[in-house]
Formats: sequence, C-alpha cells, structure tokens
Amino acid sequence: MYNNLYYHVVKLLNAGKRMDGRGLLDYRKPIDIEQDIIKTAEGSARVKIGKTEVIVGVKLEVGTPYPDTPDEGTIIVGAELLPLSNPEFELGPPGIQAVELARVVDRGIRESKAIDFKKLCIEEGNKVWLVVIDICTINDDGNLLDASSLAALAALKTVKFPKYDEKAEKVNYKEKTSKKLEVEKEPIAITVTKIGGKLIVDPTTEEEKVLDARLTVITEKDGTLCALQKGGDAPLTSDEVMQIVDIAAEKGKELRGAL
Amino acid sequence: MAYKKRAENRGFEETRPIEAKVGVIARADGSAYFKIGNTAAYAAVYGPRNLYPRFLQNPQKGILRCNYNMMPFSGTGERVRPGNSRRGREISLVTEKALLPVLDLEEFPNSVVDVFIELPQTAAGSRCAGICAASMALADAGLAMKDLVCAVSVGKVDDKLVVDLDSSEESYEEGNVADIPVAMLPNSEQITLLQMDGKVTKDELKKVLELAKKACKKIYEIQKDALKNKYAVEKVL
Amino acid sequence: MSKLLAKEKDIVVPGEILAEGMDNLPGYGTYRVNDNILAGRLGLVSIEGRAIKLIPLSGRYIPQKFDTIIGKVDDITLFGWRINTNSAYSAVLPMKDATSEYIEKGADLTKYYDLGDYVVCKIVNVTSQKLVDVAMRGPGLKKLQGGRIIEVNANKVPRIIGKAGSMVSMIKEATNCQIVVGQNGLVWIDGEPEMELITVNTIRKIEEGSHLTGLTDKIKEYLEKETGKKLEIRSVK
Repeated sequence: MYNNLYYHVVKLLNAGKRMDGRGLLDYRKPIDIEQDIIKTAEGSARVKIGKTEVIVGVKLEVGTPYPDTPDEGTIIVGAELLPLSNPEFELGPPGIQAVELARVVDRGIRESKAIDFKKLCIEEGNKVWLVVIDICTINDDGNLLDASSLAALAALKTVKFPKYDEKAEKVNYKEKTSKKLEVEKEPIAITVTKIGGKLIVDPTTEEEKVLDARLTVITEKDGTLCALQKGGDAPLTSDEVMQIVDIAAEKGKELRGAL
Repeated sequence: MAYKKRAENRGFEETRPIEAKVGVIARADGSAYFKIGNTAAYAAVYGPRNLYPRFLQNPQKGILRCNYNMMPFSGTGERVRPGNSRRGREISLVTEKALLPVLDLEEFPNSVVDVFIELPQTAAGSRCAGICAASMALADAGLAMKDLVCAVSVGKVDDKLVVDLDSSEESYEEGNVADIPVAMLPNSEQITLLQMDGKVTKDELKKVLELAKKACKKIYEIQKDALKNKYAVEKVL
Repeated sequence: MSKLLAKEKDIVVPGEILAEGMDNLPGYGTYRVNDNILAGRLGLVSIEGRAIKLIPLSGRYIPQKFDTIIGKVDDITLFGWRINTNSAYSAVLPMKDATSEYIEKGADLTKYYDLGDYVVCKIVNVTSQKLVDVAMRGPGLKKLQGGRIIEVNANKVPRIIGKAGSMVSMIKEATNCQIVVGQNGLVWIDGEPEMELITVNTIRKIEEGSHLTGLTDKIKEYLEKETGKKLEIRSVK
C-alpha cells in the first residue's frame, strides 16, 4: 500500500496520531538496555526499542597507530544488518544501509571525543589499542540507527581492557584487567523523520517505508551537536532542521536517562 | 594422566545448563534461542518463500537453505572477521543435512525455507546449539516436521568419555581429545549429523553414541517445553 | 492396548506420541509409526471420533482454490497483473477476469489497478506447481481504497472471522470500521483513527488467544470496555 499507506499515515499525523497510538514525539516504551551480556566480548550491550533489538559487542585489539597520530588509538565501527532480523535483508557483505549506520554511529563517538584516543596508547609510534565496535541487528522493527547508537554507547561503558602480554606481543583475552575504558562523553543519536510535513521520532518499519526525509542528530549532554546525517529523498527547510535539532536535544536527554 | 574433574563439578555424562526460548524474533516466521553453558545461538526461519535465482528452484519440492554465522565478538579469543569462512560454510552444509530429514517440503515446490543461525557468544558446541535452535524455529514456523532435531557434542577427553565438551576440554592439551558432534531425531533415534575430530576406538564410538542418545532425549524435553511455553494459555487476555 | 495420550486442545510438538495402538486414525498433521500416532508438526490437538488431527498454530499461507484473499499488485504485464499473495507464490490476474467491464486490448492497465494497489480477489485455480490464477468478477471483489492493511497469522483467520462471521461482525459493530479479512492473512481496516487502532488491538488479541475457550466473550468484554458500546454476539447469514 505504498501510496495508500503514505496517505493513511499523513491523515493520522494531521490528527496528531500514529498508527500504533503513540504521539508524534513518543519513543516506544519500554526502552530496554542490558549491559555486559556477552562474555566473549570486552564490552557489550543489548538495546530493545519496542520490537527493534540490536546487540553490540566491543573487542579490543592491538595495532599500529596511524603515522600522523603516533600516540593515539582509535575506534572501528562495523554494522551487520543480519538477514535473521528482517526478511528483506540479504546475506552478503554490508550493504549501503549498514555502511551508513556504522559510519554515523562512528561519527557520534569519534567527534564527541567520548573516548580519549591518547589513553589508548601502549607504546608511542608502535602499539595502540583499537576499540572495535560491532553492531548486529536481531530484530528490525524500525529505527535501527538510534537503537544501535544507544547500544554502542552502553557497550563502551562496560569495556574492560584485557591483559596485554608485552613479551609475546599478544593480547591475552582470557585475562581481563580491572581497567575500564573511560567513556568521557555520552553522545546520543536521535533520528527525526518527516512524513507529509509532520515530524516524528522512532519510526516503525511501516513508517520508514513512507518517509519523505530523515535527519539524525547526535547530541552531547550539554546540547552540543557532534554529528548530523540527513537521509531520504525529499529536502528539509532550514526551519525544519532547527526544529529537529531541538527535538533531538530533548529526546536525547530522555534516552540518556535510560542508560 | 587421567582426566579427573570437569569445571563446576559437572558429571562426565552431564550437559552444561541449558536455556531455550521460542518466538524471540518478531519479524521471522519462526524463531528460537538456545543456550548451553556459555554457547548461545539464535535461529530465525523465513519461508516458505520466493526463491531467487531461478536455477536453484526445485519443481518437486521446496529447498532448505541454512546459514551459520558467528558474530564478530562471539569467539573465545580474538575477534572473528565477519563474512564467509570455510568453516562457516561447512557448518552451514552439515546443519542443513541435519535438519532436512525431518522436513516435508513437497507442499512447496520452487520455494525456499531459509534458516539463519547467528551466535552472539560461543564456548564450544556451537554447531550443535545452532541445530537445536533451528529445529525449534522450524517447528515454530509451522512446517511439517516428523520430529524435532537435537544435537550435542560427545567425545573423549584423555581417558574419559564425556558429553558436551566445553571450551577447555576442546582445547585440552594434557592428553588426547575426540570431539564428536551428533544430531539425532529423539523419537526414532536416527542420526542426522555425525562428525569427529580426534581418535577413538570402535567400542568407544558405540558408547558415546549411547551417551548422545540419552543427552538428546533430555534436550528434546527442554525444546518441547520451550515450544509449548510460547503458546501458554496464561498470558493474553 | 490402545491408549489416547493427548487430549483435546493440547499443544503438541513434532514427534510427540499422541496415541498408542491401532484404535485411532491419523488425521491432518499426524502420522503413524508402527503402533503409534505421532505429531507431524507443532499444533493443537483436535479429536473427532477416532481421528486425531492437528490444527496448525503457525505457518505461512498456502494458496487454495476458492479462497478470497487480499493481494497486492506487484507487476503489470501485457496480459494482466501479477499479484503478491503474501505467500511463496504470486498469482496472475488476467485482463479478462479483472473487472465486470470489458477491457480492450492495449488499454492502459494502470487505470484499473496500479502498482502497489491492494485488491480483494478470488483464487480460481492452483496448479500442482503452485501457479495461481485469481479473478475479480463477483460481489465484494474490488480494489481497496484508503484504510490500512495489517498482516495476521493466516491460521488464525477463521477465528478472526468467527462462526458465520460473528466475530468480525462484532468488531465492525463496536468500532464502525469497514473490515475485509483475506484468507491469506491480510486484513484491511478503514475507519476513525482511534477505532482503527482498537480494531487492530482486538485482532492481535484474537490471534494470541485463538486457542482459548470463551474467546468470543472475552473479546466482547474488551470491545465493550474500549468503545463503551453494548454489544450482542450474533451470527450473520
């Protein structure tokens, strides 16, 4: 019902309603966050928003730093939209939707400086910690991006460094130290979706099918913006952008509170 | 040297603690979660559904397509690089062979039943956990099935015959290890998966297969409960 | 000695022994092995005389001749339309069976049914290869305009419709919504936004509690509470 669904959704939105009875700016409840759920990962979290569910695992690896930042480690974010989670996802290497998701989550963490990369240095110019964040979708009922970003942050907060064997130059994953990864900022991604001129948050799969445009805004606690990503085929006015930024800051507080 | 004690004082013929749940992935036609010790597996079934490319279609019956995958953070040591690995492809193949004998796909010519198995955490016995989850998910998806499929690894650690090897036993260095994953149909006691790494005598094989049979019957009861619980009457209205 | 092990309305899993001995007959979803009757799928036990059959609780829709379904136009060809039936098999709607008017050769078919349109159609033929033909000449067969579509478990459609339409009529009366229930698990709802939501929630409750006794009364209670209307359970001829 592509056309009909669109008109139906817009009709409801004009009456201040959504198909599942929520208000336009309501997230699905409850937002469930479970941390430290994967024993084999150095850090992990599971987030459920409505029926959407993602798991994020963090592994720490040791690598060589980039030549222009010899005393800094870094993060590497990967996302897999697993065919398990949505009948329309296919097997194979990450498609463009997965790549965009991973890169936007990366930007939020990197640009907010949630992690001090200098604190990941083991030996300047030679060895640094790489924080590898892997996002895996378990069930897709819309808004994977916000769920993934929240799960990534929740996972990072549980990360404990494994032991690094200097002599063997290997990580000993069997032994965890008590040293925690310091997460200095809390960037929260809020995606605001525009349908028929109305702005909503936390779209379901059906709503995502008829969106005109979307803007993901990642904010820090004090409201500073640290990442933006516009999607969808239709344009946004600058007024709409500013409205969305306000919505994102407010909703960001709500989600941050759930952590 | 003899193998004296298992972790957590487990009996040699005991499996690790098991958790099973059905209907965990809302978008799938059938789904389940199976956890044994620290090895956890999700399985989602989609189908029968359209099958592309055309040349894979079988005009006489539907085909079963299984995909086994470990999430990058699920390995006991280093990160597992995402994507196809030879090991993953082999496990997908034997998983399909383990599940096919119970299914009747003649009602669905030219279509496919897709089974996706994903492991968020592994600690030995992952292919068996995957098969146990997949079997429940297939039943949940309403497919015609003669029986469920139960799987567990059995084998030998040093001088002891054991059921459900954990990761320390899999990588046991002080003696010989034989790791034998087995999948069985609990009612007819027929074997649909059988592999082995290691060395055993003919007698030892006979004995561990008997142990597998017993363990599988216990697993069947757990799978049965998980399936019935999903449709339990207490919730709802 | 013959023994019936399962009771009416038991939920059983594949491989479960339903009866021992030769007294009972294996009905739909069950099969005989030696002297026993076993469950051949996940289902609800239904005993009719000596026959034991299983009512499916899940499973994707399989196109059946004479079913009235809600399909979606997936493609427009030279000769008609290709219709998505929400199953593994698409259907063909030829020009000549599409409406009560005559469609000229070379006419613009999108003027009748366009891509993405939902139509109520009747399955007139299903071949052994599951090639499906549908037609739209007849009362109630038409394009659906406005409203919304939800997907339900196709196995629950009989409960959603109710005996002689009693359940769906009750919902229509309570919510003033137009409702069309397709045998293939698609349901079309059109009415006031709040009433549409109540309709959707009611249908979800029926899905979950479909195997409970006294369901109609419980749904009546729920509808009365949500809409404030006093309802009667009646049959429609």
